[in-house]
Amino acid sequence: MITIPPVHLAVVAPLLVVGVTALVVMLCDLVLPANERTWLAYLSLFGLIGAMLIGTQLWGRQTSTFSGMFLLDNFGLALTFIFLTVAVITVLLSVAYTSDRGLVRGEFYALILFAVMGMMIMATAGDLIVVFLGIELLSLPLYVLSGFARPARDSIEAALKYFLLGAFASGFLLYGIVLIFGATGSTNLLQIASVLTKGAHNSVMLYAGIALLLVGLGFKVSVVPFHQWTPDVYEGAPTAVTAFMVAGTKAAGFAVLLRILLVAVLPVRDVWLPAIAILAVVTMTVGNVTAIAQQNIKRMLAYSSIAHAGYILVAVAAGGAAGTSSAIFYLLIYAFMNLGAFAVVIAASRGGEERLAIRDYAGLARQRPVLAAIMAIFMLSLAGFPPTAGFVGKLTIFQAAVQNGLTWLAVIAVLNSVVSVFYYARVIVFMYMREPEGEPWPAVAGDGRRMLALALGICVAGVLLLGILPTPAYQAAQTALLNIL
Amino acid sequence: MDLIFFYILAILAVLSALGMVTARNAVHGVLFMVANFALVAVLYLLLDAPFIAMVQIAVYAGAIIVLFLFVVMLIGPVPTSLRDKLPGQRPLGLLAGLVLLLLIGSVVAVATVTAGGGISSGVASGFGSPQAIGELLFTRYLYPFEITSVILLAAMVGAVVLGKKGQ
Repeated sequence: MITIPPVHLAVVAPLLVVGVTALVVMLCDLVLPANERTWLAYLSLFGLIGAMLIGTQLWGRQTSTFSGMFLLDNFGLALTFIFLTVAVITVLLSVAYTSDRGLVRGEFYALILFAVMGMMIMATAGDLIVVFLGIELLSLPLYVLSGFARPARDSIEAALKYFLLGAFASGFLLYGIVLIFGATGSTNLLQIASVLTKGAHNSVMLYAGIALLLVGLGFKVSVVPFHQWTPDVYEGAPTAVTAFMVAGTKAAGFAVLLRILLVAVLPVRDVWLPAIAILAVVTMTVGNVTAIAQQNIKRMLAYSSIAHAGYILVAVAAGGAAGTSSAIFYLLIYAFMNLGAFAVVIAASRGGEERLAIRDYAGLARQRPVLAAIMAIFMLSLAGFPPTAGFVGKLTIFQAAVQNGLTWLAVIAVLNSVVSVFYYARVIVFMYMREPEGEPWPAVAGDGRRMLALALGICVAGVLLLGILPTPAYQAAQTALLNIL
Repeated sequence: MDLIFFYILAILAVLSALGMVTARNAVHGVLFMVANFALVAVLYLLLDAPFIAMVQIAVYAGAIIVLFLFVVMLIGPVPTSLRDKLPGQRPLGLLAGLVLLLLIGSVVAVATVTAGGGISSGVASGFGSPQAIGELLFTRYLYPFEITSVILLAAMVGAVVLGKKGQ
């Protein structure tokens, strides 16, 4: 007779709600007529917002369940809120996008919900096995979603590239986990930390394990030199999926990175700190410099996302309470800015045709003044201009770096943001100072238009509100510390 | 008694592996592979590892072989050419095989010398038994076990999405 240990289902309620919603969406897909598929989006939104409301009830609690495999703390909850927000905005974007391109299928929302589950599992993982499974649950739906626009060639290429390289990266990650297990005798994050504090570990095996783990996770958050897949996949995947990947995957990857580096292997910080700092410098620089040469807006945003991964790595390197909270705060801001920018790309399209070249945005300010103004806000925020959120986010990261004695890293990050102004401003120049080419593009019509407007509204509100009144959100981020019980 | 069994099984396993590599017909190759997997599974049983033996049968001899047979059937009986697609594959393969042989051989040799011929296992009886693994899956590893089920579902949905023709 086995005695099953007590399981606190209330603690994992947000995760269960998202999972059940995914199942319900798939079942409803079977019975709903083809022209009523918008209901699946409403259903997904209902589940996601429900999970968010349940999550707020758990705020402030610190506990673990499933024999320490699931950790509940404000850190995990804060990231869960970010993932759920990203998913809500993605669903809002997707209705217009999928109906314009004839991609309306119920599995789309189910796969998004599964991926969100994977992210939530990653952010609350207390064990390396769970970390790995969470990453797989996130990645598998994304491989499929990248190829959702099949038989479009770009989409298939993106899916195949992402799948092959992702499987490869998972191998690295797993190998790293095995080596860390071999060195410390445990896969539990807190137990690893206590073994390392006692110094009873095999150092060579441990360092090799950490290095391989960094390669695997570096791939997921597209850190240079593991970033080569990013532009191709972000360009080829359906734009709504790209938006989800840019904002969601990065937040989930950094959640795991923060938890592993700042809890499990914190006792050997001196060893991994130089590696993280160098990765941050290389990632920021390569991302920003390569972005300048891009002519395609999705590729430009892909390189910009690589550069932003570098800024967040600066926060990881800073570590401590300041580093953690500034990373969380930045991930939230980053999600709003990028989802917003991709939402504009979707909103500026005509039927199934998108404005993909930056040249296509010439004269947008004359044809669609509101849309152009919104895009300008996101570009300014990405570049880090006040009074947008991007400025506050970067400021908190640089402050954290300076406080923790990494002034040189902060200086390089500031120089990099100066470089980045060039390519963000280029979009604004095209929109406002160039004559439009060809005939004007009509606005998107259809049942998803209102939802797209709502998504844009949320992103603009997020970017401006967090920029002008950052204090409440930042204070929440400051209490979102890691559970180190 | 065990030793005689072992030698018979080992010789058959090596022969079936050779048969798989040398078979001209792809279907014959796959059938040799099934035989090899089954023989190795019996070897696991001899080693007191019934769970791994069953997994070997269910996953390898079952699922993976079915997959192989499907692929062979889909692409049809293609005559195998002896020309290499990748240049230098053969010498590299030979080298890798030799390294693996040396590695396994050295481990066996060291174990035989240090344990004085009889290798004693340092694990408690019942270690790795189906009961022990089942118990762990439903207690300590309940959460990863449940996540895995969701992953399999997501993968299945994904496969259907990618496999379905058009709208």
